[in-house]
Amino acid sequence: MEHFAFTCLSVFSLACAIGVVLSKNAINGAMCLLLCLAGIAGLFVQLHAYLLAFVLVLVYAGAVVALFLFIVMLLDMQGGRAWKFRGFNAVAGMIAAVLLVTGLNLLAVRGRLGAGPPLGHSAGSSLKLYSYQLFTTYLLPVQVMGFLLLISMLGVIVLSRRVTPKEDDK
Amino acid sequence: MTPSLEAYVMLSAALFVIGFLGVLVRKNTLVIYMCLELMLVAATLALVAFSRFNGTEDGDVFVFFILTVAAAEVAVGLAIIVALFRVRQTVQVDQLDSLKH
Repeated sequence: MEHFAFTCLSVFSLACAIGVVLSKNAINGAMCLLLCLAGIAGLFVQLHAYLLAFVLVLVYAGAVVALFLFIVMLLDMQGGRAWKFRGFNAVAGMIAAVLLVTGLNLLAVRGRLGAGPPLGHSAGSSLKLYSYQLFTTYLLPVQVMGFLLLISMLGVIVLSRRVTPKEDDK
Repeated sequence: MTPSLEAYVMLSAALFVIGFLGVLVRKNTLVIYMCLELMLVAATLALVAFSRFNGTEDGDVFVFFILTVAAAEVAVGLAIIVALFRVRQTVQVDQLDSLKH
């Protein structure tokens, strides 16, 4: 049963990921990304990372994809060309694809990660354990993250200001 | 019977490859950005899987930080794209060639 759910969710996420790459319209791409994230959130639930699945849906599906959709609508891109597969870019893409598929194949054939069945409880499964980790071992990173968010907020405000030549500069 | 760690890592690698190919072949800056996000999520999937199968919580905590940084990164990146669009009136990378030799 668990295997069946894993297969369904992984095929679903892979199909949606391919949809992101192949979709002609950026809106369709964003929608495919949303579905792919939903599939990955399902996989997180299967891995007993309930909190992370919730945060993924909240942050990615709720905020990031919505932001993408807003920007697509703001820039008002008409259709957009589909990807054309020629030139130097195509060669680079093919080489990269071959390398990556080879690596994937090696991992599948020879990779033994030496892990048995899943062990006990992971932090995502219990909010208490999770917050204990955040406020003891990872207290400094939490603070640094706070500063990072503050700085990025300031950066976005500065970037999105319309630059107009001032009257008194003349 | 639960799926093995290898299956999760394979899935994560496959998602990463798809995102990477998207970055290489697409021309629209916004779609390239979406593919970057896809790669980031693929990496988090591997972290969560490793964390679960090794019984530690460090991977999960790192995914939490990755999600935070991704949110900040998306905000800044989209602001840059909008600023770029205001100046150049396009987001197609083959038309943004001022720095090209």
